[in-house]
Amino acid sequence: MHEVRVVLPGHLRTIAKVTGEVAVAVGAPVTQRAVLDALEADLPALRGLIRDRATGRRRPFVRFFACEEDLSHEDPDAALPDRVSRGEEPFIVLGAMAGG
Amino acid sequence: MAGTRVLVGTRKGAFILTSDERRQEWTVSEPLFAGWEVYHVKGSPLDPDRIYASQSGGWFGQVIQRSDDGGLTWRTVDNDFTYDGVPGEHQWYDGTLRPWSFTRVWHLEPSVHDAETVYAGVEDAALFRSTDGGTSWSELSGLRQHDTGPQWQPGAGGMCLHTVLEHPTDPDRLYVAISAAGVFRSTDGGGSWRPINKGLRSSEIPDEDREVGHCVHRIDLHPAKPDVLYMQKHWDVMRSDDGGDSWHEVSGNLPSDFGFPIAVHAHEPETVYVVPIRSDETHYPPDGRLRVYRSRTGGGTWEALTRGLPQEHCYVNVLRDAMAVDRHPSCGIYFGTTGGQVYASSDSGDTWAPIVRDLPAVLSVEVQTLA
Repeated sequence: MHEVRVVLPGHLRTIAKVTGEVAVAVGAPVTQRAVLDALEADLPALRGLIRDRATGRRRPFVRFFACEEDLSHEDPDAALPDRVSRGEEPFIVLGAMAGG
Repeated sequence: MAGTRVLVGTRKGAFILTSDERRQEWTVSEPLFAGWEVYHVKGSPLDPDRIYASQSGGWFGQVIQRSDDGGLTWRTVDNDFTYDGVPGEHQWYDGTLRPWSFTRVWHLEPSVHDAETVYAGVEDAALFRSTDGGTSWSELSGLRQHDTGPQWQPGAGGMCLHTVLEHPTDPDRLYVAISAAGVFRSTDGGGSWRPINKGLRSSEIPDEDREVGHCVHRIDLHPAKPDVLYMQKHWDVMRSDDGGDSWHEVSGNLPSDFGFPIAVHAHEPETVYVVPIRSDETHYPPDGRLRVYRSRTGGGTWEALTRGLPQEHCYVNVLRDAMAVDRHPSCGIYFGTTGGQVYASSDSGDTWAPIVRDLPAVLSVEVQTLA
């Protein structure tokens, strides 16, 4: 199992009643889907807030970053960077920039 | 001493306003669910400690919050509002058909018959019910799957199911209102539904008295006369004396019959309140004067209630879920504005005063009368 670090935006930390980074245990291969499945299993309050309930797809204004790359549009079943699966870099979930 | 708890949903969080029965001094809570749109907060009529809140936003979607201690602490409950079966299609603004797609919960209606039952009216229009305090939801899909469903279309605010009314003594009898489809009634506990819009005329649709397509903004009833229904339609204030089988207009002498909320006095079934808005093009009060209108004759004849309300330079709106009445012996009336004010009257509307002036835009106001 890999221990993956996940950074959540403030709103989701509040909903999930956690502070700071979250660590989730993920089996190989470490993918977006596997990380989010593990995250939602550990923190069920997050179900439907990162991925749409009906389609399972990333919500339009949610972004996934890691290792200074935008992984939002990557295949959810593609392997995440090795540094994420080794716990050296976090998998970052955030709300897209918006405003005026 | 008896108490009063006003539950306010806004564009940027929820607030709880508390007072005693005199309703002169108020305590305003810190923001709850700060930064989120809170379309509705409502307490159970059977258990005032049980409160539900609909928390939503464009980034992270829908959250349902529940409190079991009168709003002191909250926990998330189920937010899975997946439509039953394969969603059909409804009219879109441009006349094309578009699949039903969940956006948010507009309205939560805790049951008057069972403390663990609560209804959720959602956009795109559908009715869900939980019988376990929000732990799980099931769609009452006979409504959305009605033959007229493909004719339903969104109003400017979206295709929302915004009103759920229960008959006070017959748990099988339910009313819902949808913008812009109209009013629907079930007599079998929500299993099957039929539109009850006879008598409505809407110039916004090609066939003015069509079975569905009417932009009903809000309906209300008094438990002592449950076959009398009152409606604020997009334009027109309407009344039914036969449980919705037919409607007739009671706009009477209102300065404008456009508006959003309508509410019935707690102790007088023929006393009704509306807030006239100049038009659907402006969404603010006529002449810049914020006036609640009261009818003591079940509609038709209306009097302006102005004492304590701004009578110049006022250009706020009052949304459909943003007016409520308490059940104290001297009935209290409350409403919130898109300018962030919450006004209260503790004398059936004769005089008004703001409880709070500078909240985010108010989406909903409910009140609990505490023993």
